[in-house]
Amino acid sequence: MSKTETETPKTDWGRIAKDGTWDNNVVFAQSLALCPLLAVTGTATNGLGLGLASTFVLVMSGLMVSLLRGIITPEVRIPVFVLIIATLVTLVDLGMNAWMHDLHKVLGLFIPLIVTNCAILGRAESFASRNGVMASGFDGLMMGAGFTMVLVGLGAVREIIGSGTLFADASMLLGEGVHFLELTLIPDYRGFLLMILPPGGFIALGFLLAGKRLLDARQSTRMRLRAAPAAAEG
Amino acid sequence: MSTVANPTYRRRVGYQSGLLGGFALVAAALLVMGDIATRDAIAEREAEDLLASLQQVLPEDLHDNDLLANTIQLPATAAVVPEGSVTVYRALQGLDVTAVAFDVTGQGYAGPIHVLLGIGVDGRVLGARVLAHAETPGLGDKIEIGRDDWILSFDGRSLDDPQPARWAVEKDGGIFDQFSGATITPRAVVRAVKGGLELFEANRDALTASAVLTTDAARED
Repeated sequence: MSKTETETPKTDWGRIAKDGTWDNNVVFAQSLALCPLLAVTGTATNGLGLGLASTFVLVMSGLMVSLLRGIITPEVRIPVFVLIIATLVTLVDLGMNAWMHDLHKVLGLFIPLIVTNCAILGRAESFASRNGVMASGFDGLMMGAGFTMVLVGLGAVREIIGSGTLFADASMLLGEGVHFLELTLIPDYRGFLLMILPPGGFIALGFLLAGKRLLDARQSTRMRLRAAPAAAEG
Repeated sequence: MSTVANPTYRRRVGYQSGLLGGFALVAAALLVMGDIATRDAIAEREAEDLLASLQQVLPEDLHDNDLLANTIQLPATAAVVPEGSVTVYRALQGLDVTAVAFDVTGQGYAGPIHVLLGIGVDGRVLGARVLAHAETPGLGDKIEIGRDDWILSFDGRSLDDPQPARWAVEKDGGIFDQFSGATITPRAVVRAVKGGLELFEANRDALTASAVLTTDAARED
């Protein structure tokens, strides 16, 4: 163990952050977690709620799996990871219900959904089982941040087009201090049902994915243009 | 420890199954501990929630009793009450029943809608509140008091006000508003409230009988 650790190059925190939030984003790049994503992003507030809860579980499961990776064999790793994640989610659900009851009333709906989030199993499998504890926790945090970003973005798009508001009822989630976030962008809007229902989620997600590809493509063209003269000189 | 990823003993079936069984055992133990640690707190929170809802449908000045303590059970006969029996919460003034409250259930667009219904002894609705539902956010959830005042339109209504035929949403010729984009949800709530009133009417005597027999003598003084 000691040998491998001295040999591993020091953790590239910047790389992990960029992977989690953009390059290897749970939704944009891996297309994981679509089921809870489409189910709850009718409003930006709901998206934020699921994002925060998922981030917490991602960090915790990253830490646990990384701590235990020494004794888990590849053959039984999947059921063991599933057990760890399901136990964590259930404990979070129970604890929140008991001690953060008001928050649980808003988020409670989403917490069981986290178990269906294959991104958490995916990160346990592809990162936490191969990396150190700190790096795994940080990876969970960044993956969660990236996931939350997409959830809030998608929720915002669907909420604006679907009901003409933004961050409606955010104060139910974050407390009375955030009333300023609750905007009615289109007064007397009669709503556009399709965007609130799951098909609207797919449509909005499609546009967001296309937008991300477009940005990435533009950036890689720019990089190539910048690299070309250098190569010619060399 | 060595850098070898998999020492031989780990490849044995015994280690594998022991590992998996061990994890299952630890997970089960953790869940049991979590349940024990949180059970009382959760029950307490839920009782608080129920009491808070009850206080919204049973006005403070109508009762001087502990709403959660003086309940009676009514066999579930109507379609609008959950299976088994329905718990009726009674508002008492001294020993006289001034109002009752119980759960009614309507079939909404996306599953059952649980409505807590408060009815005065005169058969008028004191208040109705949606306790739980799975309706479309942004459309059907206007039945929640936190989002819309619609649910207040039942206040003061009784079985003959409006006439039975008008106990429906506007689309069906009734007097209650529906929401744009959602008719099934308000229709279900209207039906549930009407069913609750009918249940009250059918059991009026049992529900409004003086609480002498069921209340402990300690309350007398």
